[in-house]
Amino acid sequence: MSETLLSHLQAKWPAVTARDSLDCEAFTIPVDHLAAAAKFLRDEMKFDLLLDVTAVDWDKESPRFTVVYHLGTTTGPDYIRLAADCPDDESPTAPSLTGLWPAANWHERETYDMFGIRFNGHPDLRRILMWDDYPHYPLRKDFPLAGIETPLPDFEIGEKTGADLQPAPMAGGPFVSAGSGRSSQDEPRAKDQSWTEAKPKPN
Amino acid sequence: MAVHTKEIAYNSKIEGEVIVSRADAVINWIRSNSMWPMPMGLACCAIELMAAASSRFDIARFGAEVMRFSPRQADVMIVAGTVTYKMAGAVRRIYDQMASPKWVIAMGACASSGGMYRSYAVLQGVDRVVPVDVYISGCPPRPEALLDGLLKLQDKVKHERSAKNLLTATT
Ligand code: SF4
Repeated sequence: MSETLLSHLQAKWPAVTARDSLDCEAFTIPVDHLAAAAKFLRDEMKFDLLLDVTAVDWDKESPRFTVVYHLGTTTGPDYIRLAADCPDDESPTAPSLTGLWPAANWHERETYDMFGIRFNGHPDLRRILMWDDYPHYPLRKDFPLAGIETPLPDFEIGEKTGADLQPAPMAGGPFVSAGSGRSSQDEPRAKDQSWTEAKPKPN
Repeated sequence: MAVHTKEIAYNSKIEGEVIVSRADAVINWIRSNSMWPMPMGLACCAIELMAAASSRFDIARFGAEVMRFSPRQADVMIVAGTVTYKMAGAVRRIYDQMASPKWVIAMGACASSGGMYRSYAVLQGVDRVVPVDVYISGCPPRPEALLDGLLKLQDKVKHERSAKNLLTATT
């Protein structure tokens, strides 16, 4: 199946390449052909199920953003991954697949919310997890996990209580569970408890 | 054999159908024994809140079984769960809609301090937007811990100067 799928794709779009993958088959597709290739895979290759849309931020590299799609099929166990590099590092874009799969709608909104990738042709590209006026894209590499000072989404509540979004005290975090030992010792705790915001890390 | 003769109940023959007491004591007795919760269930702690209301733990023993989903009828807001910044405004608005007197219990690590969610999305303690009376530790606290917190709050209410502040709104 693998050779045939790649050769089918390459017959139509010679720039498609196979992508390193530890599990399912994966292809890198030029972003201009992404929608057409997805339609081809859906209609002629039976990959009729859109399972996931996400993205990767490669930080300093260029192209910086890669959108990633996982396709499945309702007629068998097959599963593939498509990846496409977004053209612009500053304001990345990708074609929307909402016309092919309605399921893409919320997935693309989430990817836009977290990475700031604009999906051209999306019917309603709004943030889905953070509030509409939130100025940052939290899953980008240059965004600190603790957050950046921002006013509360409810302006009057922020004014009344004086609360705003403050960077969370990491205190040696992020908080993770050790993943081993007795369950009583496996509760989430800071990775490095030798420092806090008040008591800096000893050198 | 020692016979326990101390009257702890109201005896109409002795008192002549009149009870002498302090207004504070009467008001606080009424308030503390019928605290109707506003269940602000936002995450996993809400499951323990539900357990506290069900038969095994039975929060009704302490007069707090009447979970009111209308803030107008509630006395104590039990914030059970992770408060995100997006939800913080709603929590405060519901608190504002509760009629005075009103109290807040922060149930669990998340509501008290943000818990393990040291992140850009989670309010680091609900006391940043509403005044909290009782904090309950645990992730999640057991229902007994919630009942203990409720008893602590009842104790606090019993010591309030309620007659003096009868017409003052809690903010
Ligand atoms: S304190 Fe623990 S159990 Fe309670 S809401 Fe937070 S994570 Fe869930």
